[in-house]
Amino acid sequence: MRAPIPQVKVEKRAEPSKGVTLAVLVASLALALFVVAFVFWGYGVNPLDVYSAIFIGSFGSLFGWSWTITKAIPLLLCGVGLAVAFKALFWNIGAEGQLLMGAVGASGVALYLIPDAPPILLIPTMFAMGFLCGGAWGLIPAILKAKLKANEVITTLMMNYIAGYFVNYLVIWPGPWNGPGEYSFPYSSLFTSSAWLPYIPGTSIHYPTLVLGLALAIFMYVLVRRTKLGYEIRVIGENPEAARYAGMSYFKTVMLVMLMSGGIAGLAGVGEVAGIHHRLRIAMGVSPGYGYTAIIVAWLGRLNPLGVILSSLLFGGLLVGGDKIQVTFGLPVATISIFNGIILFFMLGGELLMHYKVVWRRPQRGGERRE
Amino acid sequence: MSSPETVVASLLGNAVAAGTPLLFGTLGEIYAERSGVLNLGIEGMMAVGAVTAFGVTLATENVWVGVLAAATIGGLVALVHAFLSITLRANQVVSGLALTMFGLGLSGLLGKQYIGKPLPSSLVVKPIFIPLLRDIPILGRFLFQQDLLVYLSIALVLVLWFVLFKTRIGISVRSVGEDPATCDALGVDVYLTRYLCVLLGGALAGLAGAHLSVAFAPAWTEGMTAGRGWIVVGLTIFAMWRPRRALLGAYLFGGVEALQYTLQPLGFSPQLLGMLPYIFAVVVLLVGTRETIRKRLGAPAALGVPYARGEK
Repeated sequence: MRAPIPQVKVEKRAEPSKGVTLAVLVASLALALFVVAFVFWGYGVNPLDVYSAIFIGSFGSLFGWSWTITKAIPLLLCGVGLAVAFKALFWNIGAEGQLLMGAVGASGVALYLIPDAPPILLIPTMFAMGFLCGGAWGLIPAILKAKLKANEVITTLMMNYIAGYFVNYLVIWPGPWNGPGEYSFPYSSLFTSSAWLPYIPGTSIHYPTLVLGLALAIFMYVLVRRTKLGYEIRVIGENPEAARYAGMSYFKTVMLVMLMSGGIAGLAGVGEVAGIHHRLRIAMGVSPGYGYTAIIVAWLGRLNPLGVILSSLLFGGLLVGGDKIQVTFGLPVATISIFNGIILFFMLGGELLMHYKVVWRRPQRGGERRE
Repeated sequence: MSSPETVVASLLGNAVAAGTPLLFGTLGEIYAERSGVLNLGIEGMMAVGAVTAFGVTLATENVWVGVLAAATIGGLVALVHAFLSITLRANQVVSGLALTMFGLGLSGLLGKQYIGKPLPSSLVVKPIFIPLLRDIPILGRFLFQQDLLVYLSIALVLVLWFVLFKTRIGISVRSVGEDPATCDALGVDVYLTRYLCVLLGGALAGLAGAHLSVAFAPAWTEGMTAGRGWIVVGLTIFAMWRPRRALLGAYLFGGVEALQYTLQPLGFSPQLLGMLPYIFAVVVLLVGTRETIRKRLGAPAALGVPYARGEK
């Protein structure tokens, strides 16, 4: 005899409305804030103080906004790239490595390839090279998956570590790109000033990268919704079997998706070195995990490139606030990861609410029943 | 430099020691995946296990309490993933990633107070010297001069292999991962079986972390798991979901890690050497995947697919 069937039953519902989706997202965020409050509390700091410090630090002043947007730039680019890959059900966890390789490509151009070129030539070449390097780094796991069925979660992740060590190898003495005279510092030489991206005056926002990110978000939105390639991406993501029967080439689509996904993450790396550091630094210096945070940014944006614009801004603020609470309350940077994890938990739980509705039923007596 | 024989002996010995956390983790992931649940949260559970073992050992001055606490906490953290993926039928990839982020974050927060603190050597899980046997050339240091956790992990390989392939419980675990609907109809509790397997996976990931922080490299540093949790996910595929092959894979990996320590003093760039395990992980994944396909063994058919009674 089987145990009694529970009284609560969940049923699938049709595509959730925009209102339901938004409500679930907001509720997930609020619940995550609530749960993390206990973590802070357990750590001996007042969660309200922490939250107000995060908010004031990131959105409470022009200075805060400036940094929030600056940090949102790499998140936006990586997030847009990831959203497209996830749409095709390719679990690209490798934005971090793709970003780093983009930074390497741009630095190579600025330091060695054409260091004396005028900005009008140098900067576009850096972006192009960054895109190519990031894209190439993304193509490797795509080929391994499409041809050899290698699990892309693992390959993309492992390639993050490999890229990180590669960057460190380049810049740490006696690495080949360690700047002359920088012996003890893990830096390359400074780029010539023609390789520096311009700022919005009075801020740290390197606007060419920002504009590029916004344009790509719109471009990707249109691509996914309005083009044949976008259609194929969606079909492959939702029903790979159907895609195969319809004669779509998994190989070709996944190659294109990962070239774009990795390439766009590479652009984020270009922005970091050309817009902020003006040299290549160790991996942790170039990116304190933007590629990982972008996974949540993409997911929170519901894999919609336009949604990613908003979520990247939110997480840019969270990163700035995270730095702030590190200084003010002595909380380690890792605290933000707790928050990231818990937000994802609640969003996943909320997903169920979006796609299913809870139905209350009286238990039926005896007999099997069809559901 | 010492004699070639000593170098080989210490390389093999270090390979086993470095492979042990991977072995614990892989054994756990094998059970979780066999039951149909992909848990990508190993890295996070391992980190939480490592910090727990270190902190509890310091506080109680008893390393075994620390080790036990690590396993317990690892299991508890895994329950979050179990609840999301089994009960709420959430996306297992994302849930596992979330677990990793959460675990890495939590371990960083909890571990901040332990950074730079050494574990008193009286509390470290130390190698046991088995008299006579350890004097056998090469093999002696390789096999008979390891710590208790290493022997525990080897014993677990045998136990978990036996349970998985020779007992009713094992049949349930495996069938639940292949065809949950039929199991359900036959009266096997799909949900309970999966919950228990994920719990076991978490506990073993916790033990893996404990071996790192109180035996292999007795200290706490943030990010000390260094991607081992991900390597475990790859090793599970390489092992083709078999405990005995996990032993082989874990020690191979341990060997690559040990090779780093052997080569570094010879003037190789530590950064380039640092890449080795990750490159090797990709290679191992490819080998495992190819063999799985060639032998038509395949992953558990229901791996990563949530089970909902009565839903197709």
